Amino acid sequence: MDALPVVWFVAIAVLWGGYILLEGFDLGVGMHMLFSARDEKQRRVMLNAIGPVWDGNEVWLLTAGAGTFAAFPLWYASLFSTLYIPLTLVLLGLIFRAVAIEYRGKIVGQRWTRFWDWAIGLGSLVAAFGIGAGLALTTTGLPIDANGDRVGGPFVWLTPTAVLGGLALVGFCLVHGATFLALKTDGPVRERMGRLVPRLAPIALLPIAGWAVLVEVQGGDPVSWTVLVLAVVAVVLAWIAAAKRREGWAFTGFAAFGALGAASIFAAVFPVVLPSTIDPAYDLTIWNASSAEYTLTVMTIVTAFALPVVLGYQAWSYWVFRKRVAPEHLPAAHDAVPAIRRDVAARTR
Amino acid sequence: MDPLEIARWQFGITTVYHFMMVPLTLGLGLVVAILHTMWVRTGHEKWLRLTKFWGKLYLVNFIMGVATGIVQEFQFGMAWSEYSRFVGDVFGAPLAMEGLLAFFVESTFLGLWIFGWNRLPKKVHLATLWLAVIGSWISAYFILAANSWMQHPVGIELVDGRPVLTDIWAVLTNNTVLAAFPHTIAGAIAVAGGFLLGIAWYQLWRRRKDGIDTVDADGRVIVGEAADIPGRDTADHRVWITSLRLGAVVAIVGFGAVAITGDIQGKLMYEQQPLKMAAAEAACHTGTSFSVLSVGKLGAQDCSEVVPVIEIPGVLSFLAKGDFTTEMPGLNDLIPQYQELYGTHLPDSELYGERAGSEIEYMPNLEVTYWGFRIMIGFGAIAAFAAAVALWLTRKGTVPLSKPLMQLAVFGILAPFGANAAGWIFTEMGRQPFVVAPNPNPSGVDGVFMFTAAAVSPGVDGWEIVFSLVSLGLVYLVLMVVEVMLLARFVRAGIAGVMPERFHDDDADGPDGDAGSRDDVLAFAY
Ligand code: HDD
Ligand code: HEM
Ligand code: HEM
Repeated sequence: MDALPVVWFVAIAVLWGGYILLEGFDLGVGMHMLFSARDEKQRRVMLNAIGPVWDGNEVWLLTAGAGTFAAFPLWYASLFSTLYIPLTLVLLGLIFRAVAIEYRGKIVGQRWTRFWDWAIGLGSLVAAFGIGAGLALTTTGLPIDANGDRVGGPFVWLTPTAVLGGLALVGFCLVHGATFLALKTDGPVRERMGRLVPRLAPIALLPIAGWAVLVEVQGGDPVSWTVLVLAVVAVVLAWIAAAKRREGWAFTGFAAFGALGAASIFAAVFPVVLPSTIDPAYDLTIWNASSAEYTLTVMTIVTAFALPVVLGYQAWSYWVFRKRVAPEHLPAAHDAVPAIRRDVAARTR
Repeated sequence: MDPLEIARWQFGITTVYHFMMVPLTLGLGLVVAILHTMWVRTGHEKWLRLTKFWGKLYLVNFIMGVATGIVQEFQFGMAWSEYSRFVGDVFGAPLAMEGLLAFFVESTFLGLWIFGWNRLPKKVHLATLWLAVIGSWISAYFILAANSWMQHPVGIELVDGRPVLTDIWAVLTNNTVLAAFPHTIAGAIAVAGGFLLGIAWYQLWRRRKDGIDTVDADGRVIVGEAADIPGRDTADHRVWITSLRLGAVVAIVGFGAVAITGDIQGKLMYEQQPLKMAAAEAACHTGTSFSVLSVGKLGAQDCSEVVPVIEIPGVLSFLAKGDFTTEMPGLNDLIPQYQELYGTHLPDSELYGERAGSEIEYMPNLEVTYWGFRIMIGFGAIAAFAAAVALWLTRKGTVPLSKPLMQLAVFGILAPFGANAAGWIFTEMGRQPFVVAPNPNPSGVDGVFMFTAAAVSPGVDGWEIVFSLVSLGLVYLVLMVVEVMLLARFVRAGIAGVMPERFHDDDADGPDGDAGSRDDVLAFAY
């Protein structure tokens, strides 16, 4: 058996897992800004809690995508073209969200901030839903033919599994984001989120549990089942910690749940990366979808060198910004007043 | 609906749009890093103001580059799945390396720079900006390596008709990318120069218009101060005149570098893609002349209707070979050559959809290539000339009090952007009908090529692509307006707009209480 495709299957799983763990809370915070914050102050506290790190987190998505392209081009081609419409929506969500985070505070004004709040909230929601749906479909299958192309029109992906996967990621992001805010902020936001997490978690995490069980029933083996059991243990411990307001432990627990849950799903589908619902003979597996050995070797060397370095400096940036963000830490919002005699005169009149 | 046509429009529009932000990020990033370095070294207030002002505009633009870049990363798989399958073994690697080695560096360290004011030690803080800027340059290198491979496939062998990577080093040191990278960076620097120049001109003009600065009988500036306007002090004048002169020099240097590297690119292009070179010249007949102007029905795609009006003998040979006498093959000779090598008709395979078996149009769109090439060079040259004039006009310390001149300077910001876009449109359309261009010369790996007609996703409907074209197009349009509006707002606000903590002492009665004076308050916050 050739080891490199297996190595790269694991690497892709790690990249997606890293994405879900890191950007998971960013997306959750985005949604909470829209749905859970009470006033402008709370929204700003939430946004600044992810301010320095969100862009670095988003790169995990880009790298997961490009890594899939490099290591399993056929998987990348089939999955992305089949999901054309949902991915377009995801892109729109991510575009709005990114721009909103940067532009929201650049002008002081009710309508302006409100508009970008919606962009952040809905953008995060759509992105989380779409990515969850896409990941769920790549584990349960799409109607692809022998060449890997979609059969049956633009909406064949719209299935209960897609909805389940979408809800799964949205639910996880909400819980993860709330836990993150409880850990990283101080004042009213910390209080609200601390109270919210134990109530939210049991409902919001149901879909992800459903997805994991679905995949296990379809192709689970002892290893993946064991990992799933560990994930369940982690989530129960996390819930207890959250109820006791042990914020650090709760965050660690939910993060471990996310990582183990993703690991169990990837382990259960191995070695199929995209099953065909038309004919199992058309399944894309790590063996028939991968790049040739030389490419995989090159990528393995680059990744083995780069990934630890990336983890190192990302960890450092979290360390630099380790302090909780509290309302009194935020400077006053200032509008940019034109430095022009006429305008200044008009302002002071 | 024909998915191919729409997919090409879609890719072209989104990529050119992405490339409106990219050169400004690449060029302005370097400028801000240098300004910040000057501040750390001298401790002079002027440099801090310069860093904060241009840094703010840099960030407003940067985020749009990020947002539109995400689209680029996904597009290959979405609309060009056959292409992704064909080149996956080679093309994905530089893309993934770009993520691992560049995007992570860029985004993480930029976050550290934005929020690191007053929190990181000064020199560490400066280093974070340099790392972010270097990260963006590395990212440009990898993506250009990927693109250059499509122009000049190297480092591979054909296995069952598919390119399989055999030498990643050859791909990363492809002579095409070694020329394209400095050319693109130089183009980006030209963009940054024009940007600095235009905005600083507006600021100096505003100071004169508001009666703050005046000139003496010799035309020498008498710098004044406006106590009633925050930020309009004497240091303000130094900020803008430095920006203006720096911008002009940067623009001229950028153009010089673009011309030198462009010349190298031209010679490579003649060797690797002779058809593109001929198309750039609308050169139908073999010869040595460079066409300054050709008229006729270029769009008719018919050589018999193209009439050269002004030609300079020898220059075409110089562009392509470095002498004045070598005869350059024209389209009339090249096309039969290509037909012989790569066929006259597309293969009769279902991958080509309704185009299977149809005749191959080897001539690139002449109108676009011919004018694209000239607009690129022309806009660049105009901008460089204007920068030189600006240096001369401002030698006495300020700008003339002429409104049209100010408007020209501001409008001129667009010229280098236009040159960049034209350059790419020329490069990419000149490669048609291939998406991976064959190189009929011995220097490349011949026989590796892919027709654009075979590259588009077979399973995707035309109207799906229309959906993304329209939705992304509208969103891009709106965001473009928003970005320009924000940039304009910060420009009009001047220095006080980017350093409110220094120029507004009214924080005490602001909505957030007396936060401004405490030292645990973030120096920067969203
Ligand atoms: C400010 C922008 C700018 C300016 C003033 C110029 N260029 Fe350029 N040019 C570009 C921006 C650009 C670009 C956008 O960066 C391109 C597109 C693809 C690439 O690699 O660079 C490009 C491509 C490009 C190519 C095509 C390479 C290929 O297809 O493989 C050639 C031959 C030149 N340039 C040559 C020149 C010459 C001789 C110039 C003037 C003396 C010049 N360019 C000015
Ligand atoms: C950022 C600068 C770039 C610009 C402005 C640009 C521009 C364009 C344009 C205008 C087209 C449409 C051509 C046509 O319809 O005939 C195109 C096509 C294409 N380009 Fe580029 N391009 C850029 C960089 C790249 C890079 C870096 C790659 C690859 C890594 C690339 C790959 C492609 C592909 C796959 C197509 C589609 C096939 C085609 O229609 O030619 N481009 N690009
Ligand atoms: C069609 C091919 C291209 C793809 C797939 C692509 C991909 C991307 C992506 C995903 C981002 C966002 C990164 C982030 O989140 O930080 C980005 C930004 C960037 N791209 Fe592109 N890009 C393309 C063309 C180009 C070209 C041709 C250049 C340079 C010559 C370039 C230079 C940059 C730079 C410097 C940035 C970071 C600065 C910014 O965001 O404005 N890109 N690109």
